[in-house]
Amino acid sequence: MKYMLMMNTMRAGQGVPNWPQKDLQAHIAYMKSLRGDLRESGELVAAEGLAFPDQAKLVRAGAGGIPITDGVFPETKEFLAGFWIVDVETPERAYAIAARASAAPGPGGEPLNMPIEARPVMSAPPPEML
Amino acid sequence: MPKPWDDASERLLRELAPRALGAVARRFHDFAAAEDAVQEALLAAFTQWPGEGSPEHPLAWLIQVASRRITDGIRGDAARREREAEAARFNPAASWFPEAPPSETDDTLILLFMCCHPALTTSSAIALTLRAVGGLTTAEIAAAYLVPEATMAQRISRAKQSIRASGAPFRLPSPAERAERLPAVLHVLYLIFNEGYASSAGKRLQRLDLAQEAIRLARCAKDALPGHPEAAGLLALMLLTDARRAARTGPGEELIPLNKQDRALWDHAEIAEGLALLSAALAQGAVGTYQLQAAIAAVHDEAPRPEDTDWRQILALYDLLKRVSPGPVVALNYAVAAAMVHGPAKGIELLDALEREGSLAEHHRPDAVRAHLLEMLGDRQNAIEHYRAAAARTNSLPERNYLMAQAARLEESSG
Repeated sequence: MKYMLMMNTMRAGQGVPNWPQKDLQAHIAYMKSLRGDLRESGELVAAEGLAFPDQAKLVRAGAGGIPITDGVFPETKEFLAGFWIVDVETPERAYAIAARASAAPGPGGEPLNMPIEARPVMSAPPPEML
Repeated sequence: MPKPWDDASERLLRELAPRALGAVARRFHDFAAAEDAVQEALLAAFTQWPGEGSPEHPLAWLIQVASRRITDGIRGDAARREREAEAARFNPAASWFPEAPPSETDDTLILLFMCCHPALTTSSAIALTLRAVGGLTTAEIAAAYLVPEATMAQRISRAKQSIRASGAPFRLPSPAERAERLPAVLHVLYLIFNEGYASSAGKRLQRLDLAQEAIRLARCAKDALPGHPEAAGLLALMLLTDARRAARTGPGEELIPLNKQDRALWDHAEIAEGLALLSAALAQGAVGTYQLQAAIAAVHDEAPRPEDTDWRQILALYDLLKRVSPGPVVALNYAVAAAMVHGPAKGIELLDALEREGSLAEHHRPDAVRAHLLEMLGDRQNAIEHYRAAAARTNSLPERNYLMAQAARLEESSG
């Protein structure tokens, strides 16, 4: 079963986190090793980090389908910072991976314990239906 | 004389894969290395044979190419000594690799038991079975399961590490061990079938058809295990289910439930084969979960129209299945059958009891069943609610669309 694990942490206009270099490096190394382990275990389907919200645009179709873009606003909401798609044996395993991502170190090496949203990726139907 | 390449040559090549692997594994006393080498030989064959024609002795060709890969690998390897040391550590006693080649069905069987080893996770067992026994390439398996090729390759490599660590010998398990481990083998084949059957939409478009592959492997298992009627039961179940494939989805790939399917589209030759297999299996007198499920599928398949379905027999079969392999899904299906025999109120009563037990919590199926039964009772408003509740909880996109369509249909018919 596949799960998408979404890290919703960034806020528009918040900019690049202002952490000491050593903490930043520890954070990056932690995420890298998570990714390596998922690759190693044969569970990684995809993982991407997204650009900061400063580069995000809200797009709507105007007359004739012409795209109309708008900036994003600092007060709006949390933004997706990155995601993993994992293919795991059980939901519990997906939650364990999410918890590990959540505990990534932040300033001072303290675990961030940030919220990670875990959602099943839609799959094929069961073989028999009523 | 090389032979021209066609679908039959491809089938032959895939059938030779487990035999080549058996021979190479015995020769080099290393299952993991042999499995890699045979995969490379298969890739070479898939590249060369279509253009140059198949060699006269394809099995010998595969064994030779795979053996050369292994010896080249040993010679060219900078870390040769390390590998030899490792080989010495892991190499099982020579008696684990009997030199006398067993029959070809033995090789398939050895590999099936090896690939479905209890030390493996289900997903690794599936991947390794498809590669080692099915002769599929990693890329094909990855595409079938919609994961990157590197991920699938890693899964297969880990599976082989686990087998190596478990010290499983490359030989046929003893009859007692075989009986004990057979359910795991059949379960892996069953899961491969389900994946293929569930994700296919009517027409067979993909080159790799997992349901067909599972049927092929189940056929091998049945031939190699004549004394085990559950192997035949599984094959019968697959055939009796697969027979409905063309009728199971509409033009927009939407799901069509059993009672709305155009039964003229069912594959009656496949049904006949399944029925014959099933009666032969049942005659052996060791009934099990696959034979019972096949028998239920057979009752559906034998009804010319939905209203001709012998629900009493289905109810009796689910009653047996509840005892042989109890579980929430079987209990739910029992409730459906009971509703068809004794009326929807009886089904709802059983459903209430199941929900009180709490075994179906967080599952969408009870809501879908309840919606259906409420609709049968004429309680449209509650049926709509339960169809929607089920739609919100299913993880299947086609099923969600189906359930939302049911709710919308009832909504419109009430206006």
